[in-house]
Amino acid sequence: MTDTVNGTDTAVITHSPRSIAAQAEMVTVRVGLPWWRLLARDRLALCSAVWLVFLLVCMAFGPELLGKAAVDINLRARNLPPGSTEQGWVMFLGTDALGRSMLARLVVASRNTLAVAFTAVMVAMVVGALLGLIAGYVGRGVGNLIMRLSDVVQSFPSLLLAVVVLYMLEPRVANLIIVLAVTRIPSYLRVARAEVLEIRERGFVDAARSMGGSRAHILWRHVLPIVAPTLLTILTVDFAIVMLSESGLSFLGIGIQPPEITWGLMVAQGRNYLSQAWWLAFLPGLAIMFTTLSANLLSNWLRLITDPVQRWRLEAPKS
Amino acid sequence: MSDVAPPLLEVNDLRVEFRSGREIVRAVNGATFSVRRGETAAVLGESGSGKSVTAAAIMRLLASPPAHITGGSIRFNGADVLGAPMPEWRKRCGLDIGMVFQDALASLNPVFPVGWQVAEPFRAHGILDARAALERAEALLGRVGIPEPHERARDYPHQFSGGMRQRVMIAMAIALDPKLLIADEPTTALDVTVQAQIMDLLLDLQRERHMAMVLITHDLGVVAEVADHVAVMYGGRVVESGPARDVLSRPAHPYTLALLESVPRADIDQQQLNPIVGSPPDMATMPTGCSFHPRCRRATAECRASLPPRIEMRPGHHAECFRAHEVFDGR
Repeated sequence: MTDTVNGTDTAVITHSPRSIAAQAEMVTVRVGLPWWRLLARDRLALCSAVWLVFLLVCMAFGPELLGKAAVDINLRARNLPPGSTEQGWVMFLGTDALGRSMLARLVVASRNTLAVAFTAVMVAMVVGALLGLIAGYVGRGVGNLIMRLSDVVQSFPSLLLAVVVLYMLEPRVANLIIVLAVTRIPSYLRVARAEVLEIRERGFVDAARSMGGSRAHILWRHVLPIVAPTLLTILTVDFAIVMLSESGLSFLGIGIQPPEITWGLMVAQGRNYLSQAWWLAFLPGLAIMFTTLSANLLSNWLRLITDPVQRWRLEAPKS
Repeated sequence: MSDVAPPLLEVNDLRVEFRSGREIVRAVNGATFSVRRGETAAVLGESGSGKSVTAAAIMRLLASPPAHITGGSIRFNGADVLGAPMPEWRKRCGLDIGMVFQDALASLNPVFPVGWQVAEPFRAHGILDARAALERAEALLGRVGIPEPHERARDYPHQFSGGMRQRVMIAMAIALDPKLLIADEPTTALDVTVQAQIMDLLLDLQRERHMAMVLITHDLGVVAEVADHVAVMYGGRVVESGPARDVLSRPAHPYTLALLESVPRADIDQQQLNPIVGSPPDMATMPTGCSFHPRCRRATAECRASLPPRIEMRPGHHAECFRAHEVFDGR
């Protein structure tokens, strides 16, 4: 060993085998289907996407097209069951206790329902993720302060908090969204922080630092992309929870105020007629269920397709 | 390689400890070594000898708490490293010093294509826009021996083999043409044939770009082949350092000698290997005096009582042992 060497000769000798070995090392299968073809192959995800697109159309054009039908009172057609066509196609899904078209009301209510729920969870996610990233990556003092604040919010029953706040403030849509968002922030915050605490110890964070990445750069380019799928999954579950909280608040009379309508409010109002007209509560409930289910299924699909390690599961030919 | 050139990196009596609760783990207790432009310095030591912590300290990657640098200095190009404000230091990272990590899979972000990641140093420093950075990244991938770099740049880390991932890592580390490359056990996670290829690649790049290299390793064979200088670490201290040829042919520290004797040799008929008895010291409860004395055949009362002095055996060849001259002369 003693009279070896500065390495020159070994470098020359192994030069050509290296390139051969390099090619032998390379084993990959690349399929690379575009996302829309992968969506078409996953039936559940496709149905979810269709339903959500349909809802978007309802949100965009529903109130303008069916706004009048939704408020037209027709006392001769009270509590018509679904499937009745003698009053025209608008009454196809039945009518409520004042003879208003269920179909029109469902379509019109989609805008309020989804706008409130979507805005609330988005605000909660953005704020929660931001605070969580800071709490996890920046020093202990700031992190502890954020976590204790989150404890405070979590230690109140969220419905009680919402009732108190909305009772004192005006029950406007904006206030409703803020209250719903604030009560949902801690779950995003905690999950984001927990993941950051784990990710910040991973090798690629050190590698990025050794490459000269600043804190903000590392959080934004390296940590957030790994936390994001988890947060999006929580978002879809939260979407359902927020829709239900909103209907609870509307039921208590401090959420959306009539004559504005939401699905939750429709469920609440239909509750009185469950024995005579089950469809009053059932149909909006069904809409809520389909929507949350679709959001869950589609987010699951999205999580798979955006994960480079998992994507092949969708690309692999079906056996 | 002239001796008059000032060292590019100078680590002087570096001390790092980790504090958690009441326990203090002294991971580095006085590491001294230097490397000049164009040279390779190997930091040699077994697991837990503090060599990786030393590398992380040079890059200032240690999180504090729990790590605290309690003494010593690091100078790069004559400028103090540890005292520099962090944002300023980060701006120079990558430009001045590149680092190759041991575990390439963990060191690459799993959710981005490798081309994107090799291009990252350019973007992080705001040198090139995304498209130009990607082109440079592809060229770099080609340079480190990735076949079809244009296509492979779009693949993700998990689609590469271990050797290829380490090549990607190297491409990232040399992207900004650093003056110094720190390679922290770059071949440990790889199998032997790939190890040789990666070492060759590192040497090629070093020569081509006239980089200095600090090679952290526990592989004596690698040190013998590539290093100009070697610093042998034990128990967080550099116990012997000097020109690789001198240290390996005529060690002056019993630990270095024992290491060399424990290597299996093909040229003589050996019935048994000569392992070093015992195990490395627990950093939380270091032995008094010389940390190697519990395992040393030559240990005396003096070794147990006090820290041995740093003795210069030949110009540039130092050993920390009371009985260095004995070992050096083969007695």
